[in-house]
Amino acid sequence: MKHREKISIIAGACLVLSLAASSFVLHRVDQLRPQAPLDEVLFLSSPKVIKRASLGYDGLMACIYWTRAVQYFGYRHHYEASSYNLLAPLLEITTHLDPHLVVAYEFGSSFLAPKPPFGAGQPKSAIDLMEYGIQNNPDNWRLYYDLGFVYYTELKDYKKAAETFARGSLVPNAHPFLKVIAAQMASHAGDYETAWTLWSETYKNTQDKLIKQNAFDHLRALRVDQDVDHLQAAVTRFGERTGRLPASMAELVAAEGLPGTPVDPDGHPYKLTPEGRIEVREPKDFPFATKGLPPGYKPLPTFDSPQP
Amino acid sequence: MRTRIAYIASNTFREAVRDRVLYNLIAFALLLSGAAILVGQISIEIEKLVVINLGLTAVSLFGVVIAIFIGIGLVSKEIEKRTLYTVLSRPVRRWEFIVGKFFGLAGTLVVNTFFMAIGVFAALFYISHKFVPADALILVALYFIVLEFLIICSLALLFSSFSSPLLSAVFAFSLFVIGSFAEDLRNFAGMAHGFTRWLATGAAYLVPNFSAFNVISSIAHEQPVAAQLVLQNTLYALFYAIMALSGAVLIFEYRDLK
Repeated sequence: MKHREKISIIAGACLVLSLAASSFVLHRVDQLRPQAPLDEVLFLSSPKVIKRASLGYDGLMACIYWTRAVQYFGYRHHYEASSYNLLAPLLEITTHLDPHLVVAYEFGSSFLAPKPPFGAGQPKSAIDLMEYGIQNNPDNWRLYYDLGFVYYTELKDYKKAAETFARGSLVPNAHPFLKVIAAQMASHAGDYETAWTLWSETYKNTQDKLIKQNAFDHLRALRVDQDVDHLQAAVTRFGERTGRLPASMAELVAAEGLPGTPVDPDGHPYKLTPEGRIEVREPKDFPFATKGLPPGYKPLPTFDSPQP
Repeated sequence: MRTRIAYIASNTFREAVRDRVLYNLIAFALLLSGAAILVGQISIEIEKLVVINLGLTAVSLFGVVIAIFIGIGLVSKEIEKRTLYTVLSRPVRRWEFIVGKFFGLAGTLVVNTFFMAIGVFAALFYISHKFVPADALILVALYFIVLEFLIICSLALLFSSFSSPLLSAVFAFSLFVIGSFAEDLRNFAGMAHGFTRWLATGAAYLVPNFSAFNVISSIAHEQPVAAQLVLQNTLYALFYAIMALSGAVLIFEYRDLK
């Protein structure tokens, strides 16, 4: 073997081995500092400074910051974090870099508005974000819809929600259901029917799989809430009539003349507890249900997004 | 005259290819294909935006770096290698040498941009599985990027005609950065008074205004570009490049090469 070949083999082996060794050591270092890659640090927090520093390539910077916001939210959401301190600043930087990045407003508001563990619990920041989005994209009716949704679902401010849906309905080419929902919101804001209309329109209008699934889960939860309300009322009526609680679901069904054992959207029969409470058999299958859950039950975090 | 300029230009192009300048296309291809595959997994609904933004930004930045680092050595390298004397001992005028070098470098960048544009459209097709009429707007952004290159090439040559490669690189890169802030400079000028105002306004018009050429973000959102802007930017780039080249020719004509 020639001298040069020997050197080549040794150098090649050294290169591969040292690369493997350094990767291994780095992996060990990362294990020692598990939070290090996603520390709560925003070295540059001013959107104006970042826009200037991007030397005109602000579109690409916006995509980078949007990806960072998604990663930040996804990571903290996955570990059921209770604080999302960087989310609003990251979204502010993203939308100032590219005010036409509609996806950042749509998803950003649904990251910000819902209460933990579903979101950051910052509905005010979500409203600011959406108002900025509307200011820069006044012809996009979906932004009005999203803003109205935040008022409706998170703040229960039905008047503001109705106003926002009405504003959106005036936008050229706005979906006709905005007008309907604005009117419905003004008169029957807290009804199941209103919620049902909102979520079913969201389900019908979206192309995004995550949003569709989310709307579907909300519709299922609404059905559970409504069923539990009706059955709980039946239990109350039974108690008033007989002076005791029904001994079983079969007794309640017979006394109320129901067509059969009531079942949840998955086909599982509802439970009647000895204390007279109506509960679903698999609460984890209905993460957005607010009724029919065992006492102290904590819902599992699920992606929550109300966009159409 | 035309033959001599074309000859110098083709030699400059060949030299750039020999210097493996076009190898940057490999890095570009890897960057773009990596982004196209990865972004869909780590972000939400911005695959197409990223491909357009990243693709055009890379075309622009790679081109600027090539224009600066090749441009600054175009004259000084010839002097250092003493090949300039061989060229100028033939019936080639100094201005022809400068203009030929400019066209050679601009040609290299146009070829480079052409291949990168193919890459951008290929990545776009991979992401969307189809083209829409609005995708044609990318060609406008690419055209503006080429106009930007013409200005930078001429500036690099201007600095190369009287300064060392290192200083030329510093000057050219600084002007690129300042040119990106040209509109801010004009705003500052508007806020100043008296002599400072005149000075700042003069500086704002003297430095190249690169922000006018940057339509990447709006094109990514399928916003059309006004035909007037295309025309005015073309004229601006041509006039600015001719101005810088004339400066380079003037300096080089009187430079003592002994």
